[in-house]
Formats: sequence, structure tokens, C-alpha cells
Amino acid sequence: MATPISPLFIPKPHLQLLLNELRHRGYSVVGPTVDQEAIVYGEIQSIEQLPQGWTDEQAPGHYRLKRRDDNAWFGFVVGPHSWKKYLFPPKTTLLTAEKTESGWQFIPRSADTTKFALLGVRACELAAMRIQDQVFLNGPYQDPLYRERREHLFVISVNCTQAASTCFCTSMKTGPRCENGFDLALTEIDTGFLCEVGSERGREVLDAFVSLARRASEGSSVASNSNNDCVTANEICFATPEQLKSAENARQQAVDQITRQMETSDLPGLLLSNLDHPRWKEVGERCLSCTNCTMVCPTCFCSSVTEVRDLNMDRVERERTWDSCFNPDFSYLGGSLVRNDTASRYRQWLTHKLDGWHAQFGTSGCVGCGRCITWCPVGIDITEEVAAIREETSP
Amino acid sequence: MPRKPRLAVFKFASCDGCQLSLLDAEDELLAICDRVEIAHFAEASSDLQPGPYDVALVEGSITTHEDAERIKRVRADSKFLMTIGACATSGGIQSLRNWGQIDEWVQSVYPSPEFIRTLATSTAIADHVLVDFALHGCPINHHQLVDILVALAEGRNPRVPSHSVCLDCKHRGTVCHVVARGIPCLGPVTQSGCGAICPAYDRGCYGCFGPSQPANTASLVSQFRSHGHSTEKLVPLLRSFNAAAPEFQRASEQLVILGPNSEG
Repeated sequence: MATPISPLFIPKPHLQLLLNELRHRGYSVVGPTVDQEAIVYGEIQSIEQLPQGWTDEQAPGHYRLKRRDDNAWFGFVVGPHSWKKYLFPPKTTLLTAEKTESGWQFIPRSADTTKFALLGVRACELAAMRIQDQVFLNGPYQDPLYRERREHLFVISVNCTQAASTCFCTSMKTGPRCENGFDLALTEIDTGFLCEVGSERGREVLDAFVSLARRASEGSSVASNSNNDCVTANEICFATPEQLKSAENARQQAVDQITRQMETSDLPGLLLSNLDHPRWKEVGERCLSCTNCTMVCPTCFCSSVTEVRDLNMDRVERERTWDSCFNPDFSYLGGSLVRNDTASRYRQWLTHKLDGWHAQFGTSGCVGCGRCITWCPVGIDITEEVAAIREETSP
Repeated sequence: MPRKPRLAVFKFASCDGCQLSLLDAEDELLAICDRVEIAHFAEASSDLQPGPYDVALVEGSITTHEDAERIKRVRADSKFLMTIGACATSGGIQSLRNWGQIDEWVQSVYPSPEFIRTLATSTAIADHVLVDFALHGCPINHHQLVDILVALAEGRNPRVPSHSVCLDCKHRGTVCHVVARGIPCLGPVTQSGCGAICPAYDRGCYGCFGPSQPANTASLVSQFRSHGHSTEKLVPLLRSFNAAAPEFQRASEQLVILGPNSEG
């Protein structure tokens, strides 16, 4: 375990050297970038690809990419993508079988050696990863691909300095402060980032990065300072009390901006004891059963496995693809659909996510990121649905 | 080895695009011919063999008295009848005539309207005879068609998902147009099959593959209206290749009753 040290101050342009160091170590760095009029996650080679000066405006069923008044690099919340696409890809070939003269030959999936470094992971997303670890690694059957990618993962989290109207991480006790589960954690202030270390691996990368940065500045006109007693704003050094205060204020701003709440004191229990509540039917009439909420959810993990054969019948691939409890066919069991109406599928999703998940995995399945609220095309709000069931419950 | 199933392809009111997609399946065509006997396929061969057939692929909608009779004979000749494409499955783009006056259409389109004998409506094959399987799309996805033909030859269930286009957008990483841009996109109520092409190229879904299961058009259209989209814009969106599919038809007729949108 790393011994805690004071956060380092990193001038903004130096983040490029951190990216370089990670790439040098064989990581594919992925992070937020502007694409398709949204802030999505994709491969990042240059700091120029980060959403500098962009933000997001979010409400139920509503997202707009907007220009900021300032040039903040992480001045937005969470978008349509989640990190699960890197650990639990939308489509994976699990196994291949080929017909040979001596019969069928099974070719297992070769070990995955992809090393991802995630840049910009928020506290709610760290919580989502902990939940998916529980699902994919801590049960009786481990998911090998998830394990391989998780073991190699390098996580640079970013503390939120603002919140969207759809955020409710404080209710789910998952944020907005990044407490653990990261290798490095950044807090953005005007001139740079305050960087905390969360693991030995993080310390090692940070040390290498600082050496790299100092070597780079030696070659320039800016003098390096080995005493961590900075004389210019262009150096990496321990954060000053003023910088620590700015970072604290910035993080507090996110807390102050969170307005949405979900009462959790009666969860688990509330939903499973209200299975015949009229609200299920009512929300079933608004719900499109389109699967968007489950696809954007950073913890939803359902998939289908299909054997896909070529026409000559001499090669079969076992494919796993993301699927959803909102897809009627997903409830095909024993010759028929067991959840053949939208109300029962919505009820299945919500009772599992907020109620049954506790018994199954020892945690809620919701981290309060608000994605399901924003990305529902008709703006169904999970917090409103839970509140409605609670309010109308007969005592 | 069991006998190869005898396949027939029949055309009704349509553009031929769906049956052409069978010929377009160039990489798979020879393998298909190993599995099925193509007994009647006018687009491919002048050797048209009589029935009975094991599998009939029916393209096109019913728009004339003659075709309304002919489809019954096709049904009688075929063990398994499958519609291919939006025309056969829901009446096609030509079902727009269902909302007009047929005499006016004929007068304005043909120089000698007295020679035209037609029905006032364009209707789906299932409105006339029992359909065993409906393959959606305008045009159909030939990979789905090939999978169904092989599935029939092997006696297994075909893999044709009925979920919405949204699932495919999410697999591709496409950002939702409805939420991020306020574009009216039919993806949430349209069946998968195209691979979510249009949204990946900056356009909303046109609904070529018809209603998904389920297709909650009432809720989606209500949301579009709250975004300020006009009835004049939404009705044509719903009335295209699958205008007469029940879920789309109901929604467009409801919009017409509601009149211009005052929520914008």
C-alpha cells in the first residue's frame, strides 16, 4: 500500500507527458473526447483530444454538448459511454470450433493482453467498476476476459467539480469524491491538476512521469527545482495551501450542485414488497422497452451467447453480445416469454438493480450516475419511479 | 440424407429489391444451392417448376384483384410461406394510397386511366393468407434471409432478433440522436436488422425494418411532440416504407387527429 503523500501539482500541459509515459509502458490510453455531439470515451494520444472548454447539459431524456465560458478540461459529468465497454466488450468471440479430418477442434480464445489506461474515471464510475468486479470476479465463475483486462488496468480518476441535474451519487454514497479504486486521482484547478496517488503502480508511474517532466524542463529555459520549492507555475511540485484550497472548493462545488436524490433507507425491501403496485403498469405505458437504460448503465452486465456457424458448417464461433432484460426475447424460458409485457420487464430491471442485487452481490446495482435518466428517449427517471412507489405504498 | 427443400420466390406489388438481395448473396449462393432446390425464381431462371413447394418467399403487397386470388394459390402450393420485406409484411410505401382517393391517384398518374384496374388499398400478405414467418426490412438483410433458409433446411429456429435498433446503436457506440440532438428517430420503436446504419451516419432511423417488439409509438410520439416536432414532420416519418404496419399506422392517425403541435 502506498504511503500517503501530499498531492502534487501538475501544470496542465504536462499531462501530455503522463500520456506519453503510459503509452511508453504499453498502455492504450482511453479517455473523454468530443464525438457525435457528445463527450464519449475513445483512444487518446494527445491532450488536444480532451474536451477542453466543453461541457454537457443534462436532464431527463436530454443531453446537449455546450461550450464553456472557461477552458476546463474535465468540466463535464458523464456521457453516453461507460468504461464497461473496455472490460466487458459489447461483442466478444469466446470460443471457435473448426471441423478437421480428425473431428471438431476447439480453439479457446487466446489470452487478452490489451492494457488499458482509463483517464477521467469519476467516483460513480469507480463504484461501478467495484460492482462489476463483484459480478464478474467474485462469484463462483470468473469471467476470464474481464479478469485479464482488469488486472492490467491503470485507472486515472478525476474528481467531479460540477454535477448534472441527473446526478445523485451522494444518495448512493458513491461520490463525488474519488476515495479509492484508482492508481492516480486528479482534481482540476485553473492552472493545472492536483494529483493523488492511490496505488504502488500509480506511484511508480507518477515517479517516472515526474522524472520525465523534470528532464524535459532541464532542456528548456525553465529551471528545474529539486527541492519541490516551486518558483514558477510551470513546474511539478507539491501543491501549495492555496492550490489545495482551490481543489477543495472545486470538489465542494460538485457536492453543492447535486439536487437529485434517491431515498435508500428502505432499499432493499421496498420494491420487492410492492410487486403489484399500480405504478409498474403506469411506467410500462411510458417505457419504450428500447434497452437504452441498460446499455448506458455502467453496472448492467446481461449478455446473450450464440453459436454462429458458417454456411459450410465447418466453423462455429461462440459469440457473446450485450443483451438486455428489456428485450422480450431475453425472457424466453421453457418455451415461452416469461416477461411478455413492458411493465413486467421494467419491474424486473428496477427490482433487480435496487433490491435483488443486494442479496445477489452484497451491494446496490445503482451508483447514481444518472445515465439511465439522461439517455432514456422518453426521460423516465429512476429516482422518480422509486419515490412514486414509496409514496403510494399503503402503510 | 433428406431431400433438399424446394424453394419458390413470388413477386407481388414491389420493386424486386428484396428478391434481388438473394441473388446479391454472392458469397453464400452456391452454398445455399447445396442446401435448397430453387424450383421457381423468375428473377434468376426461366425454368419455372410447378408446386408444391416446401418454402415460398413472397415479396410485395396485394394491390389488385388478381393478386388477391393469386396469393391464395401460392399459399395452397406452399408448406411454409414467408414474407420478405416491408411491402409483403406491411403493405410497403405504396400503402400511402390507403389514405388517399384511388381514383384521383390513377387519374393523376396514368395518361390512360381507363386501362387501370386496381384495389383502393395496398395490404400486407398476412391480411389475405396465413403467413408462417415475416422477414422485415426495406430491403431485407440478406444475411438474415440466408440464416433463415439454412435454419429451415436444418429444422432449427432462425435467429432474427425483434428488439429495437437502439441495442445495435449501443453496440456500435453511436450516440442517441433523440437525446443528444432532439432529432426524431424511429430507432426506439423499429426492429433491428440493418445494423443501425442511419444513426451511425448522422441521421435518425426511418423505420425501414418496421415496428419492433414491442413498439410503443404512442409514448415516443408524445415525447417528439414535447420536443416541438410538428405533426407535418412526424406523420411523413411514420408513413414511409411501413406506413400500414399497425403500430405506425395507429400513431400517424392519432397525430392527424391531434392536429398541429402547439407544444413547440
